[in-house]
Amino acid sequence: MVAGSPPVGRDELLAVLDEVMDPEVPVLSIRELGIVRDVDVDAAGAVTVTVTPTYSGCPAIQVIEEDIRAALAAAGHTDVRIRTVYAPAWTSDWISPAARMKLKAYGIAPPARAEHGALVQLMRRRLAPACPYCESRDTEVRSEFGSTACKAVCWCRGCRQPFEEFKSI
Amino acid sequence: MTASPLAPSVVPGPSAAPNPLFELLLRLGDDRLVLGHRLSEWCGHAPILEEDIALANVALDLLGQATMFLRLAGEVEGQGRNEDALAYFREAVDFRNCQLVELPKGDFAFTIARQFLFDVYAVILLDALSSSKHGELAAIAAKALKEAKYHVRHSGEWVLKLGDGTEESHRRVQRALDDLWRFTGELFAADAIDRAMQEAGVGPDLPALRAQWETLVRDVVDRATLTLPLQAPVLTMRGGRSGAHTEALGHLLAEMQIVARSHPGATW
Repeated sequence: MVAGSPPVGRDELLAVLDEVMDPEVPVLSIRELGIVRDVDVDAAGAVTVTVTPTYSGCPAIQVIEEDIRAALAAAGHTDVRIRTVYAPAWTSDWISPAARMKLKAYGIAPPARAEHGALVQLMRRRLAPACPYCESRDTEVRSEFGSTACKAVCWCRGCRQPFEEFKSI
Repeated sequence: MTASPLAPSVVPGPSAAPNPLFELLLRLGDDRLVLGHRLSEWCGHAPILEEDIALANVALDLLGQATMFLRLAGEVEGQGRNEDALAYFREAVDFRNCQLVELPKGDFAFTIARQFLFDVYAVILLDALSSSKHGELAAIAAKALKEAKYHVRHSGEWVLKLGDGTEESHRRVQRALDDLWRFTGELFAADAIDRAMQEAGVGPDLPALRAQWETLVRDVVDRATLTLPLQAPVLTMRGGRSGAHTEALGHLLAEMQIVARSHPGATW
C-alpha cells in the first residue's frame, strides 16, 4: 500500500469483490454465491479475504483466488491473504433471491431449499424444477451430475429442451 | 558395509510412536484419493454419457475431500509435507486406505457395488466425525457429508436399477457384492489408532457403526432383489490401514504419481 493513501474501508473492498464473477457461472459474483464470507483490512493495509468453497473438488476455486488477487491488485491492494474456511459448510441457500433471478434469466433453474434428510435417501423427493425457458413444470432431472459440480442436467417436455439446475446442497 | 553415523538416531524413542491424529487423517484422505482415482479411470469409458459425467463428478468430489484431509494431515504432522507431497511422494506401504477402494475398477456393476458399499460407510462415518472434538476435522467432515449424501443416492439408485434390471445386470451386481463382501470388515475394524482417537473424542467408535451400515445397505440390497452374503466371510481382507495392500495399489500409484515424480516441483 502506498504510504499516505487514505485508509480503506471494508465496504470499498466488498465493492471490489462484487465485480469478481464466478468462472463457471459468470452471471453471478462470488459474493452473490456466498463464496466470500468476510473481508478484513488491518492497520498496515493488509487485506484478508475469507472464502469458503462451494464443492470440495470445485476446480474453479484456484481461479477464484487468482481473480480475487487480480481485482484487489487493480484497486491498489497487493498485500492480500486468502483464508479458506470450511465451517459453516457452504449451502446453496446462501444465494439471494436477486441472484436466483439472474440464474434463471441465464437459463439455469435456481436451487430449491437444501434438504437435510436421512443419510441414505434414494430417489429425489422434491419436484423437478420449473423450466427456466418456458416455465413448464413438465420436466425431469436426467442426471444430478452436470457440466460442473454445482449443476444437474434436466429436460423440459414442454419446450423439448435440455436445461441445467443449480443443485441444492 | 560401514557403520552409519546416523545409526544411533534411528533407535526408536518415545517420539517414534505414530501420531494417531495424523494416521486417522491419512486413512480418511487416502480412502478418497485412491477411490477417486479408480473412478476417474471411467472417464471416457462409462456405458452412457450421463454416467461418464457422473463418475467424473464423484471422483472430483472425492479428490477435493482427499485434499482437505491430507492438507490437514500435513499440518498436524508438522514436517512440511503438504497434500501434494503426501499424495505423490509416498510409497504404497505408507498409504493407509482400506483395501476395498484400491481393487481394480472391474465392470460397471463392480464399480457401482463398491461405490455403494463405500458411500454408505462414508455418510455414516462423516456424520459421526462432524461432531468430532477436533474442530477442523469436524468442519471438513460436515462439508464432505453433503456431497456423500448425493453420492450414495447415485450409487444406491444404480444398485436398484442393476439388481432389479435384466438377468445379466442382476447376475453381475450380485457377483460383485459377493466378491466385495470380504473387504468390508476392514472398514469397521478398530485398532490402537482408532481407539486412541475415540477416547480423545476425535474419532468414532468404528465397530459400533457397522450395524447401522448393514441395515442401510441391506435395505437397498433387498429392494434391488439382491442378497447379501448371510455369514461373515471365511476370509476377511484387511491390512490397508497399516500399509499392507493388494498388488493393485502399486499399479494405481505408479500411474497416479508418475507425472509428479518425473517432474518434481513442476507447475503450470
